Amino acid sequence: MTETALCRTEQTIEIDYMELDRIIGEEFNNDQENLIMILQAIQHHYNHLPRASLTYLSEKIGVPISQIYGVGTFYSSFSLEPKGRNIISVCLGTACHVRGGARLWERIQDILNVGPRETTEDMRFTLEPVRCIGCCSLGPVVKINEDIYSRVSQENIQKVLDGYH
Amino acid sequence: MVITKGFQAMQVRSIKDLEKIRQDYSKRLYHPEGITVNIGMASCGIAAGAKASFEKALERFPEGPGTEIHKTGCLGFCQEEPLVEIFGNGRPRVVYRHLSKDKILDAIEGYIQGDFNKKWILAQIRDPRSLLEEDMENPLAEIKPIEGIPFLEDIPFYNKQTKIALRNCGYIDPDRIEEYIAKGGYLALMRCLLNFAPPEIIKIIKQSGLRGRGGAGFPTGIKWESCAKLDGERYVICNADEGDPGAYMDRSILEGDPHSVLEGMLIAALAIGSNQGFIYVRHEYPLAVKRLVTAINQAEAYGLLGDHIGGTDFGFRVKISTGAGAFICGESTALMASLEGHVGRPRAKYVHTVEKGFREKPSNLNNVETYANVPVILLKGAQWYGNIGTEQSKGTKVFSLVGKVKNTGLVEVPMGISLREIVFDIGGGIPKKKAFKAVQTGGPSGGCIPEQFLDTPVDYQKLTELGSIMGSGGMIVMDQDTCMVNIAKYFLDFLKNESCGQCTPCREGITQMAEILADICEGNGKESDIRLLQELAAMINKFSLCGLGKTAPNPVLTTILYFRDEYEAHIKDHKCPAGVCKALFHYEVDEALCNGCHLCALKCPQEAITGEKKKLHHIDQEKCIKCGICYNACKFNAIGIQ
Repeated sequence: MTETALCRTEQTIEIDYMELDRIIGEEFNNDQENLIMILQAIQHHYNHLPRASLTYLSEKIGVPISQIYGVGTFYSSFSLEPKGRNIISVCLGTACHVRGGARLWERIQDILNVGPRETTEDMRFTLEPVRCIGCCSLGPVVKINEDIYSRVSQENIQKVLDGYH
Repeated sequence: MVITKGFQAMQVRSIKDLEKIRQDYSKRLYHPEGITVNIGMASCGIAAGAKASFEKALERFPEGPGTEIHKTGCLGFCQEEPLVEIFGNGRPRVVYRHLSKDKILDAIEGYIQGDFNKKWILAQIRDPRSLLEEDMENPLAEIKPIEGIPFLEDIPFYNKQTKIALRNCGYIDPDRIEEYIAKGGYLALMRCLLNFAPPEIIKIIKQSGLRGRGGAGFPTGIKWESCAKLDGERYVICNADEGDPGAYMDRSILEGDPHSVLEGMLIAALAIGSNQGFIYVRHEYPLAVKRLVTAINQAEAYGLLGDHIGGTDFGFRVKISTGAGAFICGESTALMASLEGHVGRPRAKYVHTVEKGFREKPSNLNNVETYANVPVILLKGAQWYGNIGTEQSKGTKVFSLVGKVKNTGLVEVPMGISLREIVFDIGGGIPKKKAFKAVQTGGPSGGCIPEQFLDTPVDYQKLTELGSIMGSGGMIVMDQDTCMVNIAKYFLDFLKNESCGQCTPCREGITQMAEILADICEGNGKESDIRLLQELAAMINKFSLCGLGKTAPNPVLTTILYFRDEYEAHIKDHKCPAGVCKALFHYEVDEALCNGCHLCALKCPQEAITGEKKKLHHIDQEKCIKCGICYNACKFNAIGIQ
């Protein structure tokens, strides 16, 4: 974790323990087997996995923090760092790759001046690769938050990005 | 009406009860009062703009008699989406293509007034019945077709297809269990509950020759049988962690016909003696999860899931678990570890998961498409199913035909069809008059098959003989602009990232192979590298713990086998003939072909192209970043690869 990202986490994130209790207890029955889905719900709420929420979760369901950290870093959808306001997922599946996905991926990095899994300085975008979202017929595909864009090209990507603030 | 959790509907206790639901709801599917509009709203349709079309149509025609707007799954021809079917009022059933929000109201209003807007029509339907509804008369038998418009069943994309797993996709609203029942759904389950003993069900599945559709192709009936033999609690699990990039049939089935999977799981549970099921869905498929949740709630409301299913003593519950972005979780032991809330690391399979899997209990794992086939096999019989396909590979397989091919989408074809028929007849060949180079099957564990083997019949065995595999059914077509060394590197980079890291041959071996390939692509390849890659491949294959590592070298081995000349061009001549590896080519304007239209100069993001209109243009190699925009934009092929 970079130093600035760490500062952002510790300064701005206040943990809502009532909400955590609701997620862990009511939604997922304090069940250890539901760990991955609990982490997803926490990430959905905070946009990443804040450290304090993980220690709380560890005590609540009796899973060692080391194991939670293992799960949180093994699966690519989890992030321990805060993400930007908009998440750009560029599909790097094979079908998108042969239709120019790789060059589109480079172009977006150039435009935003960030690398893979990085967040822009102004927290506007986080750029992530995704391995296939199953819209292979319409590639190259880019997903921004919940919106899927099909047949994206190096030429029209700027216009797509302009729609997000 | 959408049923939510806890809602109680009529309890299905007999085949007669199903028949009653079927009578009530087949009206909307075949003989609606007024006009019905079905909009394909799977993820692919939504990506193409179907949601905007749907909202626009619903705003103009809110619920009510006269014109009804419905959502359905995907008809398979994703390239033409948004796909919209309109029917009713004694008129032909018409499928429109590319119905964006700007066109949808004109299409519906035109249809109501009897103007079909022929230019937007993809095809008309001759017979909308699925293969489970042959006892019913064709509802379109008396309706006069539109002249000069082809039938869907005849157009090249569809005329070689046989839809079993995809039978309902695009024809029913996936959020309405009644429509699934109206298409013959849950009849197989009720028959099994009331008439068949579990060993009889297993016998039928074994006789049908159904093999796992997720990759390895293990005979489904044998798997069920070994699980049924064991004592104690056991589980039925559905693998919906469709990780192969380029394959999306499972997503389409879950989004378009979730009940077909639930029914298949229920039948498996009955045969095996399980009361608890799990569906492990990758998190990249949120819509599939949403539709599955609705489907489970509805099946529970009708007494088709839960305790006392169909009024019998059989009980079965299904829980949905979502993945979190790990390709390896498609492997059975990793999937089960992930289901338990752990890191998804595979284990050695001295003891199979059928004996000791999830929670160390016997666990039967099948893939989405496999389960979707099950109800049909039980209704139509093992012999009927066995007549489709080849000796060793029975039935149909869904392929996602994507990449550099004219018609892209999901195609369900009988096993034994040739690759050429799929790519050139169904797919329509390669766009922009480019040359075919290879078709990649089997995802990252598969291989690239060149032109000389295009007449090979597609089945499990034949694809393996060519060094590839059937896999989950991804079929990515590549043309002259695809660099095969780059593709090998692409897959190895993918696998390097997705290796769980616990065994050294896979973790280190794949990394080394990827680095050698990167060197070759950057112009630093050595003549000994090909040999080294082959040696590493043999080592990784032999000593890796799980399937990911064992098959990881396949993309490299097949590309060396069939496209060795490209490797040699990269290593010896420092050239990338396809113009992909940036260190090994540059773009140049062909003096003979450039007419000075100036398009390339306008599009170049680096302002690297100069030239006056109607005069020869020039690329400044210092400024050029080789993004390829000019190459793709030039209509006169005047940008060449050097």
